Amino acid sequence: MSMSRREFAQLMGLAGAAGMLPLQGFAAKKQSSELYEVPSFGNVRLLHITDCHAQLMPVYFREPNVNLGIGGARGNAPHLVGDKLLNHFGIRANSLEAHAFTSLNYDSAALKYGKVGGFAHIKTLINRLRQSYGSENTLLLDGGDTWQGSGTAYKTRGMDMVEASNDLGVDIMTGHWEFTYHQEEVLKNIKAFNGEFLAQNVFITEDALFEGADDYIHDEDSGRVFKPYTIREMGGARIAVIGQCFPRTKIANPARFIPDWTFDIYDDSLQELVDEIRGSESVDAVIVISHNGMDVDLEMARRVSGVDVILGGHTHDGIPAPTIVKNNGGKTLVCNVGSNGKFVGVMDLDIRAGKVQDFRYRLLPVFSDLIPADSQMTKLIEDIRAPHMPWLSEELAVADELMFRRGNFNGTFDQVICDALRNVNDAHISLSPGFRWGTTVLKGQMVTMEHVLDQTCLTYPETYVREMKGEELKLILEDVADNLFNPDPYLQSGGDMVRVGGFDYVCDPTQSIGKRISEMTLDNGEKVEASKSYKVSGWATVGSRSEGADIWDVVATHLRDRKVASIDKLNTPKLKNVAGNPGIMDYS
Amino acid sequence: MMNRRKVIKALATGGALIGASVLMPGLALAGWNKEAFGSENQGMAMKSLLGAEPAASADVSLKAPSIAENGAVVPVTVKTAVANVESISIFVEGNPTPLVAEFMIPAGTKAEVSTRIRMGKTSNITAVVKADGQLLSASQETKVTIGGCGG
Repeated sequence: MSMSRREFAQLMGLAGAAGMLPLQGFAAKKQSSELYEVPSFGNVRLLHITDCHAQLMPVYFREPNVNLGIGGARGNAPHLVGDKLLNHFGIRANSLEAHAFTSLNYDSAALKYGKVGGFAHIKTLINRLRQSYGSENTLLLDGGDTWQGSGTAYKTRGMDMVEASNDLGVDIMTGHWEFTYHQEEVLKNIKAFNGEFLAQNVFITEDALFEGADDYIHDEDSGRVFKPYTIREMGGARIAVIGQCFPRTKIANPARFIPDWTFDIYDDSLQELVDEIRGSESVDAVIVISHNGMDVDLEMARRVSGVDVILGGHTHDGIPAPTIVKNNGGKTLVCNVGSNGKFVGVMDLDIRAGKVQDFRYRLLPVFSDLIPADSQMTKLIEDIRAPHMPWLSEELAVADELMFRRGNFNGTFDQVICDALRNVNDAHISLSPGFRWGTTVLKGQMVTMEHVLDQTCLTYPETYVREMKGEELKLILEDVADNLFNPDPYLQSGGDMVRVGGFDYVCDPTQSIGKRISEMTLDNGEKVEASKSYKVSGWATVGSRSEGADIWDVVATHLRDRKVASIDKLNTPKLKNVAGNPGIMDYS
Repeated sequence: MMNRRKVIKALATGGALIGASVLMPGLALAGWNKEAFGSENQGMAMKSLLGAEPAASADVSLKAPSIAENGAVVPVTVKTAVANVESISIFVEGNPTPLVAEFMIPAGTKAEVSTRIRMGKTSNITAVVKADGQLLSASQETKVTIGGCGG
């Protein structure tokens, strides 16, 4: 077990107090084998992972209690939380699955069921799912966001995850945060990757072509930087797999790392490609491995025909069953398999007579205590981590309450980050990005440097302090809210709302841009004035590089100083017009 | 078949083409419609440049990103298969002066133009094709965002 003795003792104490002392051997073999006993169906098995964010070790990860759907998305997957999600998918309350897919009773259930993910455990599960089906008829697809999110990924520029992906046996991947390294590093990592890196929607810029970047790109005529699709034969069928990277990479992340490449959804190019593949490659099925985000995938499935399955990522939605989208060409199944190594999607397809006849789908939560670790992967992970252990293992503060991020608005760990920025940088107001990665720390657990890195580790970590007028702040909030709540998925960017420290506001997600944010009020009760300047601190600037200390050092300084990770006040907006929305619960 | 790089290199380095591009500003200046290019209102700019406001047409193809990667250089392509195209003009409703460009299409030329336009904020882009005295248009909204905060 990876817990320190002290952590373990604390957990036992808490569990005892809550009357939830974990039964010795919850990892009872019977339960384990039932959970992971997936009957074989059809002739092709697609195994799908995504958005692990470089979490090599088992972690805790709490699903959101706020994931609002606006407009047509209201009340539909993935915008369901808690009981609403359980009822929609027919999942029994208080079950292991209920814990995996929702935040209901999170604290006690996390103690009971333990950590999730970890590459050594995922590998054992994947191998079992491959061997029981016939490995030659299986494919392992990774939707990306694999090379970023941990201290070791940062130090090795993503190469640790390439090695781990190779050991896991990933056949095909696409990407998003992969592009937060310099483009030369991205190419180098892809070269070291044993599988295929696919992207139909990344093109070379005309400037770069002129400068002679043509020596490495996949296809000069189309301008595609990467191979757009691959053909695999298995189970007597021919399958095309197309890659779709995150289309907003140069907007959501620094464009300066990848100056020569340009991204978009390009659904017209995708349609052309699908038609071309269907016309000339005599395939029986077309699969897209996508990092669009689930709302964009659903919209793309409505617009583009001829795709049988979209295996999606980006929005970190652990959705127990595919959404079936009808379009001109028939129907497309849209899946999304969560994040942080918590889930493995299993899509069994019955492909006969040139088409997909039927399917069976399971989204398996990876409970680390139920699946033995693969020894080869364990060794690889130990080797990767060994040089960095003094950095990663520093104990900073005890968590006074559950520390998490995921959700549309401030999580508790975000508040710690926002408090740290204000405290260490002596600012009135702080801003922190609404990323969807970042693991969970249980109450009473020691917050280590590794946990702080789980929340903050990216390649543009520098903090800033600058004067900002109230109207600028409002503009930022409106802009980010529109990226989240615009009813047109193609105009969304997939992150959550920017986290704030030092002030609160009122948000009406159902309004249009410019009208969602109001009543911005400082913690001392004063209204934020449009023309008044405030000292603002933040991090992860996408434009130009900031000058301040790395965010993890700022947070670590704050936590070392406090010794306890606690929150005096959670800065989260008062919401309007969300009553009855199935994408919110326990929000006040 | 000429590939993209060769076309781009030819465009940039070809002597004759360079000559043409040097001459272009002069040519454009000769036909410069100061009133249209200076107008702060899209409807007025259209009337001033083209004599009337256009009618939306499926025959005009306008390609622009739904969200711009960089508002300072938004790639836009306009093409049409209709006959006798005289000009293609591009308007950005939210810009201080909406008329961005007017391309004169000589007889017998394929009516397809690509350029990069500057946009200060989210706005509708409208492409107008003048052909056989008719005004046909296509519009699309392109979002300009401050970025960041991706998941």
